Amino acid sequence: MSDVKKNEESMAQAVKEILSGGLTRTVLSVLLGFLVGALFMIGSNKEFIEALGYLFSRPSDALGAAVQVVSEGYGALFRGAIYNADADTFEKAIRPLTETLRLGAPLIAAGLGIGLTFRVGLFNIGGTGQLIFGMIFATFVATRLELPFVLHTIVALIAGIVGAALLGAMVGFLKARTGAHEVILTIMLNYIALYFFTFLMRNPALLQETRATGNPKADPAAETALLPKLIGDNYSLHWGLIFALLAVVVFWWLMERSTIGFRLRMVGFNPDAARAAGINVEKTYILAMALSAGFVGVAAANQSLGVAVGVTPSAHANIGFDAITVALLGGSSGPGILLAGLLFGAFKAGAPSMQVIGVSPEVLGIVQGAIVLFIAAPPLIRAIFRLPAVQNSNALGAIRKRLFSRGGAK
Amino acid sequence: MSMNIQTEEKVGFKAPIVMSSLGLLVLVLLGFLGREGMVAFEISRRTDVVQLPAIDVDSSTLGIFSGIVMIAISGFALWRSMQNKRTPIWVLTVYGAVGITVLLGWLAAGATVPVTFIAGTALVLAVPIILGAMGGVMSERVGITNIAIEGQLLSGAFMAAVVSSITGSFTLGIIAAMVTAALMSMVLATFSIVFLAQQIIVGVVLNVLVIGITNFLYQQWLTEDGENVNFPGTLEIIKIPVLSDIPVIGPILFENRITVFLALVIVPVLWFILFKTRLGLRARAVGEHPLAADTVGVNVARTRFWWVTIGGAIAGLGGAALTIGNAGAFGREMSGGFGFIALAVVILGRWHPISAALAALLFGFSIILRVWANQVSPGIPTDFITMVPYLVTIIAVVGFVGKSIPPKALAVPYTKG
Repeated sequence: MSDVKKNEESMAQAVKEILSGGLTRTVLSVLLGFLVGALFMIGSNKEFIEALGYLFSRPSDALGAAVQVVSEGYGALFRGAIYNADADTFEKAIRPLTETLRLGAPLIAAGLGIGLTFRVGLFNIGGTGQLIFGMIFATFVATRLELPFVLHTIVALIAGIVGAALLGAMVGFLKARTGAHEVILTIMLNYIALYFFTFLMRNPALLQETRATGNPKADPAAETALLPKLIGDNYSLHWGLIFALLAVVVFWWLMERSTIGFRLRMVGFNPDAARAAGINVEKTYILAMALSAGFVGVAAANQSLGVAVGVTPSAHANIGFDAITVALLGGSSGPGILLAGLLFGAFKAGAPSMQVIGVSPEVLGIVQGAIVLFIAAPPLIRAIFRLPAVQNSNALGAIRKRLFSRGGAK
Repeated sequence: MSMNIQTEEKVGFKAPIVMSSLGLLVLVLLGFLGREGMVAFEISRRTDVVQLPAIDVDSSTLGIFSGIVMIAISGFALWRSMQNKRTPIWVLTVYGAVGITVLLGWLAAGATVPVTFIAGTALVLAVPIILGAMGGVMSERVGITNIAIEGQLLSGAFMAAVVSSITGSFTLGIIAAMVTAALMSMVLATFSIVFLAQQIIVGVVLNVLVIGITNFLYQQWLTEDGENVNFPGTLEIIKIPVLSDIPVIGPILFENRITVFLALVIVPVLWFILFKTRLGLRARAVGEHPLAADTVGVNVARTRFWWVTIGGAIAGLGGAALTIGNAGAFGREMSGGFGFIALAVVILGRWHPISAALAALLFGFSIILRVWANQVSPGIPTDFITMVPYLVTIIAVVGFVGKSIPPKALAVPYTKG
């Protein structure tokens, strides 16, 4: 076979791989998710349903109503989450974007945590419980200790990370020691953590607010412990975003560049082979769960120290669970989770302005669910768009090697 | 009967240790250090045909007595362990019943315990968990992990409420609930059997999707037009003649809605099919060793598909029990984690229908105890009572109460060589 022909063949192969690979699939999944959401908006729209009654005499009415409700709905989402063109000043117009960043930050941090366990072949469904444990520790430091500014924030942040990591490590330990499945352990601990947190906030000696109203609630974080505003007092965006971005960098370095990450990935790829190669798989599980929960702890600190309102049992805001969808959409990679977290953060930021124009923002929950459903079922996406199946031979890798390697380096 | 593989496993001493420590805790905390005051266990309602007098006991005496009984049962469990035999389910049930009774007596020191009300409500609350767990047993026994029980309960609850309201027929509502949840199971089964997708991920994703869809429809449709589409009322309470006149167990078991009766029937029937018929043997073979089952001619893919699907239908019935079987109208995310509890119950009951149903009752009791404890003796940290079943599940999963052995091929996709 001539070299030219070989080259052509591997190029065709590479195109196939790009089509069947992660990026295309992810983009198509997101688009399909929005399409499914649009169908629900149309289906529940009154004008559309009325127009359906005389569909055959004037089909344009139904079509018009459908287009209108979808463009209004997603238009409101854009105005609420990215850029509000109706605002009188530029400062106000970009406020939605800062809200997206603020609400996306904890999703990114927690998403990294869940993504880490996916890479090790574990399922951490316990984001909620770990987040709550992180919040217990962070809230305790923020409300019960007196420390100078900056130091207080840092100590509270570290406390949040440690609190969450302790619970994660416990799950890892129980799994490694007894072989109990981490999914059941983490789901049970979600409930235990929630009731424990509620108990602490009912008890004046522990976390309950000073002027107790009878409902479980903690004091707001001390001013010295609050996360400082990032771009002025006009926006609620705070340093939580910076910590989330730092977490992305740490995650990337940890997973892609460090020895620990190599060990984690190796166990995820094939635990038996890793064990044969001398890696202590049980210890790796404990480490992975602790690290995972540690990232969730960053989100916990964000919830405890982000706003000057005392936390309540519902302050976990379902972030631990949403983080699963973030990690799935982000393909468990640092940059992917960053983008996925921002997308779902935008959903949270845009929800109120959809409410205003009378479209239930709950539709975004459907979009979110549909996106991850398509992500979770690659064959389904391939079937819908008739994409070629993933090939086993790694032609893309071969091309990359030829382009980027020097002098036959491995 | 007990010619299972499990008998080959060595029965450990962890269960007797945990049981005797709990008994000791009861003896000391609820007995010697217990609360003063008489407790009246009201075992007959005023409307009952046969009236039995209330049983009056001293709260701390009950604690001491129950503690001793619990320790005695632990001794029996220890004796069984020494002979390398498992403790029978009914003995554990008695142990659990004594434990719940002493807790009731401790909470209600100086007051009365309405026995039939508490046990009856616990059963009604447990029904969605029981049915969800039966769905879980059916799919896990053939080797498919079903995390989507939560979504199946929620979709069942939604469909039962909406279809019953619109058509005015509870039968259609129940059918719609079962069909919807079965369809969800078909998605899960197809993804796991045909596409070999990660079962846990598919389950989680289905939950997210159902929560999203029901939240949206609830907000957009049910709140605006609630009178027409979300006002089903509840099923009629059926009194089985003669049986419902039996003191204590009559009102608890034989005076209920059809959803409760169905649950009480499905559990033993599933046990019979699973352990006494060829159908069940094949299903278990598929879950334990699909290759062997395939070799002797069992169609692994088809068996898995239908068991998971029918399990989904049963979970959907559990959803119907939430709305038209108890609350009436549908509420946002009203399954509130019952599906995850069902998942725990499956493991707690070691993939056995009857043990799983009993474990579900434990959760039912914990829910009603929390509500009732707040009324009868405010100030008791009820958060801890609510925590107990979850802690028990962890203890069980971690293997302190005898090892729980899942079906061998659980969550393992099977491809024909």
